Amino acid sequence: MSMLVALIAIGCLALIFGAVLGYAALRFKVEADPLVDQIDDILPQTQCGQCGYPGCRPYAEAIANGDAINKCPPGGEAAIKKLADLMGVAATPLDSAQTPAIKRVAYIREDECIGCTKCIQACPVDAIVGASKLMHTVLIDECTGCDLCVEPCPVNCIDMVPLPGTVERWKWNLEAIPVHVVESNVLESR
Amino acid sequence: MSFRIASSPHHHSQQHTSVLMQKVILACLPGIACQVYFFGYGVLLQLVLAIITAWASEALVLRLRQKPVLPRLKDHSAMLTAVLLAVSIPAFAPWWIIVLGTAFAIIIVKQLYGGLGHNLFNPAMAAYVFLLVSFPQQMTSWLPPLTLQAQQQQVLDPVCAVFTDFSCAGYSLTQLKTDIDGMTMATPLDTLKTDLSTGKTISESLQQPVFDSIGGLGWNYVNLAFLIGGLWLLQQKVIQWRIPLAVLGSLGLCSLIGYLIDPDLHASPLFHLLSGGTMLAAFFIATDPVSASTTLRGRLYYGALIGLLIYLIRSFGGFPDAVAFAVMLANLAVPLIDYYSRPRTYGHKPKGSY
Amino acid sequence: MQSLFQQIKAGQLWDFHGGIHPPARKQHTSQKPIGRLALPDRLYVPLRQHIGVPGALLVAVGQHVLKGQPLTFANNAMAVPVHAPTSGTVLAIEPHIAPHPSALPELCVVIAPDGLEQWRERHPLHLPECDRLSLLQRIQDAGIAGMGGAGFPTHLKTGAASGVDYLIINAVECEPYISADDVLMQEFATTIVKGIDILCELSGPKAVLIGIEDDKPLAIAAMQAACSQREQYLVKTVPAKYPSGGEKQLIQLLTSKEVPAGRRPLDIGIVMQNVGTVFAIAQAVLEDMPLISRIVTVVGDSLTQPQNVLALIGTPVGYLLDACGFSPEPAQRIIMGGPMMGFTLPSVSVPVVKTSNCILAPSQAELPSASNEMDCIRCGACAEVCPAVLLPQQLLWYSKAKDLDKLKEYNLADCIECGACAYVCPSEIPLVHYYRVAKAEIREQSRDELKAEQAKARFEARNERLEQEKQQRATRNQALALQRQQLMAEQQKNREIEQAQQRVAATSDTATELSKEQIIALREQKKAAARAYQAEKATQQSMQHSADTADAAAANEPAAASLPATQPAQSQPEITSDPRAAAVAAAIARAKAKKAQTEPGETSVVVPAATAVAAEPILDTRAAAVAAAIARAKAKKAQAEPTPQPLPAPTAAPVKPQSDDSGASSHDAAASSDTDRDANRETAKRQALAAAIARAQAKRQQTDAGSVAMSHVPQSAHSTATTTKITDTPDTSALAKSTAATPDTPADDPRKAAIAAAIARAKAKQQQLSATDPKDQA
Repeated sequence: MSMLVALIAIGCLALIFGAVLGYAALRFKVEADPLVDQIDDILPQTQCGQCGYPGCRPYAEAIANGDAINKCPPGGEAAIKKLADLMGVAATPLDSAQTPAIKRVAYIREDECIGCTKCIQACPVDAIVGASKLMHTVLIDECTGCDLCVEPCPVNCIDMVPLPGTVERWKWNLEAIPVHVVESNVLESR
Repeated sequence: MSFRIASSPHHHSQQHTSVLMQKVILACLPGIACQVYFFGYGVLLQLVLAIITAWASEALVLRLRQKPVLPRLKDHSAMLTAVLLAVSIPAFAPWWIIVLGTAFAIIIVKQLYGGLGHNLFNPAMAAYVFLLVSFPQQMTSWLPPLTLQAQQQQVLDPVCAVFTDFSCAGYSLTQLKTDIDGMTMATPLDTLKTDLSTGKTISESLQQPVFDSIGGLGWNYVNLAFLIGGLWLLQQKVIQWRIPLAVLGSLGLCSLIGYLIDPDLHASPLFHLLSGGTMLAAFFIATDPVSASTTLRGRLYYGALIGLLIYLIRSFGGFPDAVAFAVMLANLAVPLIDYYSRPRTYGHKPKGSY
Repeated sequence: MQSLFQQIKAGQLWDFHGGIHPPARKQHTSQKPIGRLALPDRLYVPLRQHIGVPGALLVAVGQHVLKGQPLTFANNAMAVPVHAPTSGTVLAIEPHIAPHPSALPELCVVIAPDGLEQWRERHPLHLPECDRLSLLQRIQDAGIAGMGGAGFPTHLKTGAASGVDYLIINAVECEPYISADDVLMQEFATTIVKGIDILCELSGPKAVLIGIEDDKPLAIAAMQAACSQREQYLVKTVPAKYPSGGEKQLIQLLTSKEVPAGRRPLDIGIVMQNVGTVFAIAQAVLEDMPLISRIVTVVGDSLTQPQNVLALIGTPVGYLLDACGFSPEPAQRIIMGGPMMGFTLPSVSVPVVKTSNCILAPSQAELPSASNEMDCIRCGACAEVCPAVLLPQQLLWYSKAKDLDKLKEYNLADCIECGACAYVCPSEIPLVHYYRVAKAEIREQSRDELKAEQAKARFEARNERLEQEKQQRATRNQALALQRQQLMAEQQKNREIEQAQQRVAATSDTATELSKEQIIALREQKKAAARAYQAEKATQQSMQHSADTADAAAANEPAAASLPATQPAQSQPEITSDPRAAAVAAAIARAKAKKAQTEPGETSVVVPAATAVAAEPILDTRAAAVAAAIARAKAKKAQAEPTPQPLPAPTAAPVKPQSDDSGASSHDAAASSDTDRDANRETAKRQALAAAIARAQAKRQQTDAGSVAMSHVPQSAHSTATTTKITDTPDTSALAKSTAATPDTPADDPRKAAIAAAIARAKAKQQQLSATDPKDQA
């Protein structure tokens, strides 16, 4: 008899909790997959496709589905570390050997440009302006340095150039300051 | 002509680490002198052994870690650890005690944690605890003050005792500890604890020859000497007032409460403040910057915690003195204290989180 | 309980957390009068000397400027102009090493003084008659920016003044050595008070608090005397402690208020102005003297005569040092600013700017340079002195670990970089440097985040646009397909009618007959050639390429050769029929070729026909170009045929003979000598054409269904290049490149050389193209 009571009691509890869980699942259902958004936020949004996916969001979705986190050269180690934290996996070194150490942007040598618009079509962020048979140019502020325009150019007139240093972006590397050897007037007169 | 490029500020107080350490060592001198006066020059032997061991082990580990040896020896931090450990252990303890302890302090507690600035525990105190739990007999064989010793101490006795465990006349340490009446002597705190456990009251216990009017004979002067050294450090701005004040304040307060509740079972605040290693702990050990809390408010908490722990262990624990345990336990609490005692930054509203 | 105002009135001071007492060493300079220097040889006036954006240039190289003449004008609220410090000539406008710790070059106007000190016209304002706006305008036009160090545009600070309770005049020069403000107050206390009057006019504060450190007794006395007539001007003596001259610290000292993090003092009803700025305002308003000079403390043990000097903006530091008896030691440091927050200069050619208050040339004994950094012993001395109540140690650990999130949590942004922590650090850790690096890192990170956001938005917008375009194209294609079907039905009808008419008029119309006959003959020829070619190709699969190119060369040469002969010798009307025929032939050939393909190819008849019609009045070179193009197309196996465009064709004429010279000069000579053989040549040409066309046709017949889609390309290729994307499969893309390059050739008459270079480069890129191609193109 007591065993029956116990079974009934446990059974009832199971039913109640099941109902609560079921209700919670419906009530607090999360529509989108926020994980993808979180991953997408970490990715550098250069849309370079070096990961093998056509843009950052597809790669974010792939990571959410279990792809490796170390395929994003523009994001570098920092992005991998964040992704590792987010996904709860070990941070692995970058897949590709070459990491862009310094920020670069595309630059079109304008007198060599033939106006073929191929780079315009290649640019994932519409950072190249120009029209057919007219010279093209890169909007430096919008260029993500993804490299994708370099290959399509038939005349090889696109270079990836490092961003010039400005006073605002200077990172206090005092060692890099060249000390100018300038003679003062006092020394000259001696 | 070429110019030197440097980052601001270009001005420095010139109060370097080595200077700070030197001053702390200097401030120990009155206490050491007092110890020599009351207990013989055994402590000096211990000091010499400790310092040599400290230098040797520091140099060894730095060599192994492929770090520059001389600049780091010059910061005097190893020497300070050695001094603090040497004044904490019995003067007649065998030589290998101090050698083992100092090597443990420097190699295990300090360098294996990353060297100066990275150790979690106060090296001297950790080594003291290590020695105490490993060699309880040697570590508690404190001799009574010279005036109470049955055997007149010979000139070479400390040397013989330290290196052979026997005095020159062939007495063992136990025999040396025996007083005129044939009673084995212990430190005042130990005596008190033993007496209390046998049902005596404080006032009865204080009749013992090892005590004088304000506490343990000799020990009270040693404590006063360390107090003087500590005050000098405060005046020199080598240490800040917060930790010593908090340690002494909390110990005093706790013992006062106990004393007010039952003066028969609890010693007076003055007794607590001037017994054992209280002053040494308050001014020299708890103020060790590396293992202490780093925030200003946190230091008050840290000091108060040490004082409380000293009192609790002395009154209710199994050991007569508690400085080492109290400091180590407080060291453990430092990260927590630091986290919850962050100051309110200028222009920020106080948050509920701390 | 007194109110805050009463407390302040009663002379109460508060304290701020921390602070240090470094040796002041001001007595070297504060007791001496302000030195006046001769004009330097050159003045380097940076266009931007404040926080914000530089103004727009007003002068040109070589122009003569008068003293006080604006060199730039403010085209933006965040801009303030700069002025010519003296009269002279603008030698250059070029980047020059800037007074910034990075020593990166910034744009400067280089002026060679003429020594005349000729002023521009000056219009002092009369204070009672001025309204707010004209005062603010004058302050901006005079180029006044905060002279205490940050260089915030003053008109913005004063302009936003509503609800200002306290105006604080910062005369606390807490940094050691500097005494520029001290001597300024000693000499110009009355002018400064007039400047305060102007500021009161603008913002109307309850009280003016003039904070002066207690180690400047002369300045305090002077200011008190000057303020004696004004009730609400309170000269407050604050104890000497570094960094009491910091904006936030001085506010706390004088009013007990804290500026909330991330806010400005104005938000709590306080405006603070540096005493030098106030002086500059007074000069600008009352004397119309823009900010062209400032008092600079030149001091240090490497100088024999340390003193305060009145330096023109733009004076090179070296000139000031030399004027004060500079005798440098090895590895001399030259610091712009004070010893606590100044930065070292790598060169003495750095100019003095509006924010430079001190040039310090210390000896090694005086300010020993930092020795080796040691491990932090967590002594907490830094936390004790931090005026912002930060935890410098924790910040150091997180800076070293590059844990930017933790740094933000520990309020790194509130660090004012005063250097007090590094000053007291027993381990000589350059704490401030670590923080600066970390701050720069955080700035960079937030910039990157912003950029990533923008890039994402742009990427998504682009995807949306492409999607839209795709849909539009799909609908348009549907509509076009419908149109074509209708058109085809119509054409079919027309053709039947035409054929009937032709049969009727066959005997009378010889000209048409001829051409018709020719066309028929051509067709026959073509078919034969095609068959032959196909057979040949079947047997020589491996040799295909070389054969092709040889063919192309062969086909091309006669065509090219005919050009110079026909073009100069014959008048246009005579030959119109000829090119037209050729063009029509080409068009028809193309049309036929397409017809032979599946239905979408069939419909494309419309386009070549249209081009052929449009091409009618064009020179006969067209035909050759068509032939050449077709031949080339075939040679490259390019399914996309470069249809010549109506517009570029006329300009192509001068290009062709020129570039032909080398290749076909012998033909040229022979052909031009004899014009009688015109007809022969024409037939030869036609034959060549026919052969080329036939080959092209034959090839097209071979192509599979995949290339059918590609044959669409020319339809739209000359209007929009977007469709070339379709052909971007790896092996055809290279060909597409070459063809994309070739249509350009005729278009760029004046840019021949560049194009040739481009083509050459394209060629180099495409290894599969043979050397005959450039000839074809030429």
